[in-house]
Amino acid sequence: MATLARLQARSASVARQYYYRNSVVDVFRKKENDAAVKIQSWFRGCQVRAYIRYLHRAATIIQKRWRGYLGRQHYQLIVKLAYYTMKMNLYNAMAVRIQRRWRGYKIRKYCFNYYYLKEYLKAVSETNEAIREALEEFADMKEREEKKAALEKEEKKRDYQARKTHYLLSTKQIPGVYNSPFRKDPDPWELRLQKAKPLTHRRPKVTPKHSVSLGNWLECTSARSFPGSAILPPIDRKPCQGPFRNIAEVLEQRYKPLEPTLRGAEPIDGPKEARAEFQRQERTRNIHDDLFLPFSSYHKNKKHIPSMHLSSKYGPDSYGSQHFREKNPKRWICDKDFQTVLPSFDLFSKYGKLYSKAGQIV
Amino acid sequence: MSQRQVLQVFEQYQKARTQFVQMVAELATRPQNIETLQNAGVMSLLRPLLLDVVPTIQQTAALALGRLANYNDDLAEAVVKGNILPQLVYSLAEQNRFYKKAAAFVLRAVGKHSPQLAQAIVDCGALDTLVICLEDFDPGVKEAAAWALGYIARHNAELSQAVVDAGAVPLLVLCIQEPEIALKRIAASALSDIAKHSPELAQTVVDAGAIAHLAQMILNPDAKLKRQVLSALSQIAKHSVDLAEMVVEAEIFPVVLTCLKDKDEYVKKNASTLIREIAKHTPELSQLIVNAGGVAAVIDCIGSCKGNIRLPGIMMLGYVAAHSENLAMAVIISKGVPQLSVCLSEEPEDHIKAAAAWALGQIGRYTPEHARAVAVTNTLPVLLSLYMSTESSEDLQVKSKKAIKNILQKCTYLPALEPFLYDAPPNILKHVVGQFSKVLPHDSKARRLFVTSGGLKKVQEIKAEPGSLLQEYINSINNCYPEEIVRYYSPGYSDTLLQRVDSYQPLIN
Repeated sequence: MATLARLQARSASVARQYYYRNSVVDVFRKKENDAAVKIQSWFRGCQVRAYIRYLHRAATIIQKRWRGYLGRQHYQLIVKLAYYTMKMNLYNAMAVRIQRRWRGYKIRKYCFNYYYLKEYLKAVSETNEAIREALEEFADMKEREEKKAALEKEEKKRDYQARKTHYLLSTKQIPGVYNSPFRKDPDPWELRLQKAKPLTHRRPKVTPKHSVSLGNWLECTSARSFPGSAILPPIDRKPCQGPFRNIAEVLEQRYKPLEPTLRGAEPIDGPKEARAEFQRQERTRNIHDDLFLPFSSYHKNKKHIPSMHLSSKYGPDSYGSQHFREKNPKRWICDKDFQTVLPSFDLFSKYGKLYSKAGQIV
Repeated sequence: MSQRQVLQVFEQYQKARTQFVQMVAELATRPQNIETLQNAGVMSLLRPLLLDVVPTIQQTAALALGRLANYNDDLAEAVVKGNILPQLVYSLAEQNRFYKKAAAFVLRAVGKHSPQLAQAIVDCGALDTLVICLEDFDPGVKEAAAWALGYIARHNAELSQAVVDAGAVPLLVLCIQEPEIALKRIAASALSDIAKHSPELAQTVVDAGAIAHLAQMILNPDAKLKRQVLSALSQIAKHSVDLAEMVVEAEIFPVVLTCLKDKDEYVKKNASTLIREIAKHTPELSQLIVNAGGVAAVIDCIGSCKGNIRLPGIMMLGYVAAHSENLAMAVIISKGVPQLSVCLSEEPEDHIKAAAAWALGQIGRYTPEHARAVAVTNTLPVLLSLYMSTESSEDLQVKSKKAIKNILQKCTYLPALEPFLYDAPPNILKHVVGQFSKVLPHDSKARRLFVTSGGLKKVQEIKAEPGSLLQEYINSINNCYPEEIVRYYSPGYSDTLLQRVDSYQPLIN
């Protein structure tokens, strides 16, 4: 028991001692252990590293080979693709060239031919010029026609005026109004008067029948435009029963003024009267009423009756026809004989020279 | 009292009636009398006289009624309301030619005022009797009937259809062939009024063979007849391509071009209307007109007229140019553009200016060549001023804006564009700057000119939002020039220079 008590009293310190002795060794052991571990770990590390290096090398070789293989495959694909692309590019380029040429050709030939357009525009402008000229000509022609018509009208008016005032023409003795002696040339109106024929006396004007133009019929207000009847028909209460005609028509027919034919309107001895009238007019101009007989039969029937001068016993005096001077020489004024050529009268020497030369146009 | 005295009373009465009706008819010719006549109740007095026993009084009463109804539509309505029309129509069939003329005159006078009155005439069955009158021997009766039918058909398509259904068209075509000029005129005018409403009616007129006769009458020297004939042909041609082709097949070109040189203004107007109606349908028809030299003739015609007479010619040029660029080039080489710009500047009316602006826009919108041809004549500033002016109508402003836009988008003629930099509104300025930005990078001479003329300076002064199209254009212009020049011309450069002078430390030795 004592040992037990002693053990128990020493248990704590035994433990402590035990622990303390082990721990000292432990430290040492630990140190050695650590050293051993370190050595071992280093060595193991070397081993593993060598192994890993070996593995790496192997893996690298495998991967290298594998990647080479893959790459070569890939490369083949790339080459194929590049080749294909190159071919396609070439084809495209060629196709573009063909299309370019074709499109140019098509547009130029079928859609838009530039030269054709230029030709067309030139042709259009030429046509325009031609049309413009033609229209100008047409307008000119129309204007000329109008001017001509106006001039002709003017001329007609002037001619009529000249014929009306024909009495203003100048004569050789009296210069007219348009032929003043102070002018060098006569007025043009003078020439017109010379050419114009004088108007005859105004004949009784035949009033033209009042004709209605169609357009103005309804606006015309003259009494003659209304459809008038000269005779008013009598006013009846109611029309007669029966197949009778309209009373206005009947009366119109009954009281229609006589419209004889031309032959009926002439008197029956018309030609005879006309002849008698003509002869009456002729007779006023006759000197005597005897017919003028031709010479061949005249001297057979009639005796020649000499005129009074020839049948009287008193003859003509010889003075004035055979001699012109006084018989009695004592009554002569001078001794010389008369001149046989007489000077002209002053009056008649100025004849035709008193007036301007202007009237004497050839 | 003796019988004679009794009868004398009646004779006096008849004389009084005749005199009354003749005086009323005469007074009704003067407009100032008609008011007085109306107030005096002349309608109610004339109405029983239409039923008078004496035909003379009937005819004169009808004539007087016609003249009154002709004056204004109240009186015409009074004629309709007074139930006079059935009586007129009934006796139209039976009486002599004076009465027929007078009755047709009344129908014409009533029918001309409004569609309702014309419908009233149709409702009382007047059309059949009028068509019967068209077959009469007397040309005056035919003329009066044709005139009445023309006035009725003028208002709308239903009335025209009624006239056609009554069988008037073949008879009108026969009337055109008659020798009397007045009858030809009226018949042509009636056919024109019938054909103008719809293509079917025009087709009916064509089926009756009217085109050949109308085409022959273009050569007639009478001016009023030519007016009506050309108007009829243009009303036929305007509806569809087939009808226009039929009119062209009647060989009116180049004869119709001589009508463009006529002395009468309305003949010129109707001739250019006809050519316009033909040209507007298809490019082939326009081509035909161009090949026949029609464009030159129309341009000369525009030059010789003023005012509304020019308008169809201007529109014709626009239609021709609108079809294709070759035709627009044909218009340009026929010297159309100077003429149109003259019209644009000197016409006072807005609608004619609008038409000229539209036509110029159609010509210049295709290629730079076309735009240059328009820009060279200095029309763009005129168009701009019309667009900007507050007095122009809305239509004119819209059309000039479109024209400017269309021309500017293709214009590379820089001297014409430069004035626009100075006084154009922003929406147009955008296009102008855009055009500059397209042309300047490629042309060195133009760049030099742009700088020396002060255009670069102006461009720098334009304010634009960054990122907008305008800014991009300005940038591309600025990229054409070295930086110093751009900085030199930028606004406020002199201020920055002075600031630098202020802040400079002089080198003290």
